[in-house]
Order: sequence, then C-alpha cells, then structure tokens
Amino acid sequence: MEYFIQQLINGMTLGAIYGLIAIGYTMVYGIIGMINFAHGEVYMIGAFIALIAFILLAKLGLATIPLVLLLVLLVSMGLTAVYGWTVERIAYRPLRGSFRLAPLISAIGMSIALQNYVQVLQGARVKPLQPVIAGGFKLIESSAFTVTLSYLQIVIVVLTLALMAGFSLLIARTPLGRAQRACEQDRVMAALVGVDVDRTISLTFVMGAALAAVAGVMVTLYYGVIDFFIGFLAGIKAFTAAVLGGIGSLPGAMLGGLLIGLVETFWSAYFTIEYKDVAAFAILVLVLIFRPTGLLGRPEVEKV
Amino acid sequence: MMALPDAAGEALLEVEHLTMRFGGLVAVNELSFVARRREITAIIGPNGAGKTTVFNCLTGFYTPTVGRLALRHPRRTYFLERMDDFRIAQFAGVARTFQNIRLFPRMSVLENLIVAQHNTLMAASLFSVAGLFGLARYRHAERAAIERARYWLEKTGLTPFADDDAGSLPYGLQRRLEIVRAMCIEPVLLCLDEPAAGLNPRESAELNRLLLAIRAEHGIGVLLIEHDMSVVMGISDHIVVLDHGSLIADGTPDEVRSDPKVIRAYLGEEEDELPGDVAADFGRNHGEGQA
Repeated sequence: MEYFIQQLINGMTLGAIYGLIAIGYTMVYGIIGMINFAHGEVYMIGAFIALIAFILLAKLGLATIPLVLLLVLLVSMGLTAVYGWTVERIAYRPLRGSFRLAPLISAIGMSIALQNYVQVLQGARVKPLQPVIAGGFKLIESSAFTVTLSYLQIVIVVLTLALMAGFSLLIARTPLGRAQRACEQDRVMAALVGVDVDRTISLTFVMGAALAAVAGVMVTLYYGVIDFFIGFLAGIKAFTAAVLGGIGSLPGAMLGGLLIGLVETFWSAYFTIEYKDVAAFAILVLVLIFRPTGLLGRPEVEKV
Repeated sequence: MMALPDAAGEALLEVEHLTMRFGGLVAVNELSFVARRREITAIIGPNGAGKTTVFNCLTGFYTPTVGRLALRHPRRTYFLERMDDFRIAQFAGVARTFQNIRLFPRMSVLENLIVAQHNTLMAASLFSVAGLFGLARYRHAERAAIERARYWLEKTGLTPFADDDAGSLPYGLQRRLEIVRAMCIEPVLLCLDEPAAGLNPRESAELNRLLLAIRAEHGIGVLLIEHDMSVVMGISDHIVVLDHGSLIADGTPDEVRSDPKVIRAYLGEEEDELPGDVAADFGRNHGEGQA
C-alpha cells in the first residue's frame, strides 16, 4: 500500500511534466492541423536554458530558492518562447498553404537541427545539476517503506496546476484566446473579422514553447541530469499523451499527460523498468486503433 | 449609364478596371463601377458571371491581376488590392458574409459577435495581458463589446439563442447571425454573398427589413450578390449586372429591368418576359438545394 501511494505521487509528478509539453502539441495541432515534431526539442532547449540559468545564478551567489526558481522560470520561458517563435517563422510559415506533408517534414528537420545545435554547443555528455530544492515530508513511515512527498514534487504539481488553470482561462476569456479558437474553427473567416491569423499562430507557438520551458525547468530540477537527446523521448511521450487525451483538446492534453505519467510509473514499479517506454507507446497504438479521437477529442467532421 | 438620379451618398467604393485571370480563364474583365454610402448596390448576373470573384478581390482573398479598388474614408483612401485580408477588415472596414455560411460553429452566438470586435478588445487588453488579470480598462471595453453584441441580437431576434452554439442554430438564424457578426466589425462596406439563399419568403422579407435598417441607421454602403430578384428589385438602389466577367448594365432597378442586354443574358434570347420572374424562381430553387 505504501509503495502504491509513493508510485502515485511519482506518477502524478511525471504526468504533470508530460501534460505541460502535451499542451504545446495539442494547441498547434488545433490551430494549424500539423504535429510540431520539433516541440520536444524546444522543451530540451528550455531545460538547457534552465540549467545554464541555475549555474549562473549560483555563481552570482544568489541563494534565496524561491527567487532563484522564479528567475530561472522567467528566463527559460522567455528565451524558449523566442525559439518557439523562430521555429514557426523559419520552418513552418513559409510552407503554409503548401501540401500537408511539407510542414511535417520540415518539423522533423527542425527537430534534428535543434538536437545537433545543442549537441555542438553544449557537448554530447549528460549535464548534472546540484539539487536546488531538497527535502520533503514523510507521509507514512513504516518499517518496510517510507512514503515521501518532496518539496520539489509539490512545487511541480502546484505550478503545473496553476499554469494550466491560467492557460485555460486565457483561452476561454481573453481576446487572444478567442482569436485562437476562431482560427482553429475557420482561419479564412477569422481573418475577415480582423484577426491577424499569422500573429495568432505565432503566439500559439510562443505559448506552447513557454509551457514546454516550464516542463524543462522541472525536469532539470527533478532528475538533475539532462542531455541534448531528452527532447526526443519526452516529446514523443507528450505527443502520445495529446493523442490519448484527444488531439486538439486542451483538457485532453492535461488528462493524457497525467495518464501517461501514471502508466509509465506504475509499469516501472510493478513490472519491468526497461519496458516502461513500451507500455507508454502501446497506449498510443491502442488509442489509434480503438479510439482515434482520444478520450476527450471530438470526432472529426468533414468540413463543407 | 453611371448617372444615379437618387444618389444618396458620396462614392464609397470605386472599382476601376478590375481584371482577375486564373491562367487562361478571365473571371472578371475590365470591371468598373461605383458603390455609394447609404446605398445598397446589387451585383447580379448568371452563375459564373464573376460576382463572387469580385468579393474575393475586395476582401483580400485574391490579388487582382489588374485594377484598383479604392475605398474612400472621410480622411483617407484605402487601396484594397494591396492590403492583407485581416487589415482590410480591421482598418478599411470591409465586412463580408459567405454563400455557404461561415460562422464559428463551436462558439456561442454571443461569442461569434465578440470575436468580430477582436481588434478593439485586443488593444484595450494590451494583447490579452490585462484580460487575464481582469483590469478595469479591459473590463470596460469588454462590457461595451457585449453591449454592442446584445444590441444586434435584440435587433434580429437572436437574444434567446445568445448562449447556444452557433452551429446548432436553424439555417435562417445562422444567416442572420452571419450578417450581424459582419456588422460587429463596424464596417463602412458590407458585402453580402447571396444572403437570401435558402430562406423562405417570410425570412427573406425579414432580411430585406434588416438590410434596409442597416442602410438607414448605420449609413454604410452595402454590396449585395443575390439571385432572388424579389430581394434585389425590392431593396437595391443601384444594380450592376455582370455576364462572363464583364459589365453589361449599371443603373437603377428600373433601368436594369428593361435593359435588353440583361434580358438576353438571363434568358439567352430576347423575350418580353421580365427577367425578374424567371430569376426569382431560379433563386428559390437554388436556395432549397443548399438548405
């Protein structure tokens, strides 16, 4: 029982991180109907920027942890958002209106390019980070197993929930969110009521990248090691999460992320840790076969 | 031909030598006409005459091969052929509806009208930042936007449906909502592509009333593509007739009605019967097919 609770906590933490990345996939898919395969790399870049920011702030002698965390988050979100914007601007926008496969191939190219870019700049070896937020609560102590809830896990889950709430509010209530939904439903018509479609799409990439950066910061803190290749697997898992939840659906991405995180954690805990990725991707296959619209997705209606 | 005895307003839109070619096909050929403020200008002609192509040029969907589209505002003139589609809506103030209705189907009726006020709200909310934190300036602007939307809902009897998904409305109401949404961008020129298609006679009469009210109360110009001659003859101040992309007649309803070239274009040969009756039947059948 104690073991189960511990895995539940770990799984939710991981799920929060996947959920944040999955939002980027699902929003971009919603608005322009393409899978941004470079999104995993954007997340990886967010993690690297966070790592560099942590080290720099430590060098400057800043030791107030909440302040450090806030600064790192802001720096990483800001710079990663610039990457997200740039990727859209140079790799996707020129191909808009081209055949459907073109931006997809361009996305794969972008993904490889960003991986190699970071590999060249930062080296191929894993980069460690000293734990920044240590300690936690001991929830249940027994002779066999102690259930701990670390402060870091609390930070990750609370921050994720806050961001997701804020984000849902932004989509539902603000003019920008309304414009995004309008572009999603009918891009031509959105332009005709005065919505700058290109700018709205750019901002969607910026928002997705900023959330991926938060996931990057969290992963850097949580695992303490990152390398240039982490974006690939995390990206595909978040994509799986988005498909599981129903691609195009924002609550779906959050739910899908949570489920993938839980499945992966429980599989590692009760079966074999080597096959945890197999478990996650088996879900992708099953969803695509039995429920291609995902859990919360809406069935594809042919446009008139 | 261009003389308008009951010219109510100054020139609003001047179309000059508009030509649109698609490869070897000439969809619109050397078209020139003027639409005026406070007037309903109808563009009629047989299917394939190039009417919708003119709208597509006006709203930035196509870039004309040749020609100038000058939209006169009191202080400046916008040349629509050089502008991006969203800027035409935002700055020049040209709004449009479609033959096959294009609402945002998964937004509520009210939200469809608020999205049309996007640029006002975007400016007031400092790119949505203020919207997120509910600052007073934005809340004020949002209230004004909702008020404008409510005004139009009230005017068109859509108030009871305000919170329904636009896609779930009956056909006739969707048509009305689309026109009202176009009005919410506060246009100076409203382009309507077959607004009466698929409407029954009662709905069609309501549409006439709405369009006349818009012209009278808002002082804007209306461009109207329509096959239903009871609408065209009933409310237009000025009619432009196209055939195979070229202008064949331009004048008041009475002038156009009796123009032999118009009769020939509609009937294929000269006959005594008025083109209106034939075309009216055609318009209705056509509409039912769509609904």
